[in-house]
Amino acid sequence: MGIRGLISQSLMVTWKDLMELFRNKMGLIMLVLMPIFMMSMVGFIYPSDTSISDVSIALVNDDEGHAGYPSASAMLVAALEQMSTDTGMMTITNASSFDEVRDMIQSGEIDGGIVISSNFTSSLIVGKQGIVTIVTDESNPQMSMSLQFALKEVFEQIGTWVAEQNVQLLSPTTINATNSLAIVKPYSVRTEGSVPGELSYFDFMAPGLMAMTVMMSVMTGLPAAISHEREVGTLDGMMVAPINRLTIILGKTLAQTARGLLQGTLILTLAVVLFGVTIHGSILLIFALLLLGVFSFVGLGVVITSFAKDQETAMMVMMTLMFPMMFLSGVFFPIQQMPWYMQDISRALPLTYAATALRKVMVLGANIGMITTELAVLIGFGAVMTTIAVPVFKRAMTK
Amino acid sequence: MIETRNLTKEFNGLVAVDHISFSVKRGEIFGLLGPNGAGKTTTIRMLATLTRPTAGTATVGDYDIVKDDNEVRKLIGLVSEKIIMYDRLTAKENLWFFGRLYNIQKEVLNTRIDELLELVQLGKWKDVQVGTFSSGMRQRMNVIRALLNMPEVLLLDEPTLGLDPQSTVEVREFIKKINRENKMTIILTTHMMIEADLLCDRIGIIDHGKIAALDTSPHLKRRVSGADTTIFEFEIANLTTNMVSSIQSLECVGSASRDNATRIRVHAHGNNAFDIIIDTIRAEKGKINSVKNLEPTLEDVFLHITGHDVRDNADQKIPMKGHRRFMPRRRVR
Repeated sequence: MGIRGLISQSLMVTWKDLMELFRNKMGLIMLVLMPIFMMSMVGFIYPSDTSISDVSIALVNDDEGHAGYPSASAMLVAALEQMSTDTGMMTITNASSFDEVRDMIQSGEIDGGIVISSNFTSSLIVGKQGIVTIVTDESNPQMSMSLQFALKEVFEQIGTWVAEQNVQLLSPTTINATNSLAIVKPYSVRTEGSVPGELSYFDFMAPGLMAMTVMMSVMTGLPAAISHEREVGTLDGMMVAPINRLTIILGKTLAQTARGLLQGTLILTLAVVLFGVTIHGSILLIFALLLLGVFSFVGLGVVITSFAKDQETAMMVMMTLMFPMMFLSGVFFPIQQMPWYMQDISRALPLTYAATALRKVMVLGANIGMITTELAVLIGFGAVMTTIAVPVFKRAMTK
Repeated sequence: MIETRNLTKEFNGLVAVDHISFSVKRGEIFGLLGPNGAGKTTTIRMLATLTRPTAGTATVGDYDIVKDDNEVRKLIGLVSEKIIMYDRLTAKENLWFFGRLYNIQKEVLNTRIDELLELVQLGKWKDVQVGTFSSGMRQRMNVIRALLNMPEVLLLDEPTLGLDPQSTVEVREFIKKINRENKMTIILTTHMMIEADLLCDRIGIIDHGKIAALDTSPHLKRRVSGADTTIFEFEIANLTTNMVSSIQSLECVGSASRDNATRIRVHAHGNNAFDIIIDTIRAEKGKINSVKNLEPTLEDVFLHITGHDVRDNADQKIPMKGHRRFMPRRRVR
């Protein structure tokens, strides 16, 4: 028999598994729906930029003014109202005091508040800074962050504008409307990506999601398929045949890989067609990377298979491994946002490298020379896991 | 053909099979009879190379089941208690898949599949998915799957479990037929006394992992009765307690037990025992409706040898008919 027998028999197992898969109508529908749900869910829940809209804000104007001068706060309020009508960012309601704002936040009527201090105008007149307090809803940290960010931006702009007016008054002959901004704010910062075009959250997420789907299909599909056959009893049918034990994993892995690649392709197509993701690298390299990812996960899948005696245990083990992998591998959140110890864990997960490599290729158009570290890690992990898995599987199969 | 020497299997310290030794001749049907949990399935699985023995050895056709496991696999066919068929594949596809695992040439396999399907009258169901089959059909498929590689030894684990009476008869007939026509050596396990009695040339009674007795069915029965014990069953219309006690007090009666209102079962010895009992009943004005001369059953044998009834533990695992089809299929993709 030798190697040819091994291959042809493995292909029989693959054929059998795929026949079962394609005749399972419900399963097929799920196979297609899962990536669609994943994409739209993750894509629409996480906002593509940090803008906020329709936030209700309570405004408290405690400013008592300064005798003989125009009220500085009135100007600020006018600018705020102008901005909210222009951008639709917030709706402003009036409140009487800081305490009332706090009550309103607690009752959920408003998302945040702005309090202008009582000595706002007079501070400005005597050459001090005018103080504006932003009150946020701490029960919603995400919202609170966005609001702070947005409002600070607003006050910054208003402040800059006021400063421009002031410097123009200082020396009307040398400073005018064209150069006042450069005096108040000498630096202007612009951002430009290394690849042209606007990138959305999908561009970040799609490569990771692809890597995850393909690898999970091997890591979870393999134990599920084998433990299912063990429970139903059909595994015995293969085990009593005079075939190499490896035939079974090889054949099943091929079937799972085909399934994973199918889903991966689906995600890629969806990302491009529905969510406007542009691919900058080579498609061939993308698929090569996915296959490499499969290779690096097969061993792990086989080890789980060998230890999980029934389907339920296998599922539980897989869930336990899957969740940390999903969230720690930078598929949905950038690794750089995590605390250092989590980053260390993340660096130990092979999915991280697969996702990073895939992202580099898809988003940044990297070629094979730029992802050598990731490649080395994936090949190394795969080789080690396979070396462990083969004897473990052989032992587990004949108890 | 098959020989086991002190074959032993422990699961986490629990001895499932305890130093079993027996040998099976070529062309013989050998039965392992015992209640569930006696170690029958484990023994079969060890012979099928699916489970490694903890101690002892066994050979199938001179090949060691551990060292030459792949050679053993070429010689055997296994009909497992669970049905080894993929529901979503058609009858032909299933047989094709397993046949190819045995490296059978495509042309040869094609004709063999047709022959086997015809043999169990499933020819016209060739292209139908097995998931739609009745349990009788599935079991027939299960049996012919094991015959794909023309095995010299067929291992059958509870081949009629969960089948309706008609399918049971069919499967039994088929087992006899392949044994007769192909000179196939067969080992089968069963907890049904009748099945062992009907099919097996020799029977090994297995209980708590040990072979308690091993012989042909008539020889086993003779062990209970001895040469001169006969069992009679009288059906007496007006059976009374007095009648029972006078029969019991007879010298030639070993034991007499009243089965129900009209029936009494008597173990008697001696040549003229029958006449004496009849006279006793007549003297009490009993009206005899019928008399049967009963052979000892394997149940009596089992009781005699192991000291407990087979049903004591057999009742624990009564399969629901066609239970497989109602099993929830948890298959996560």
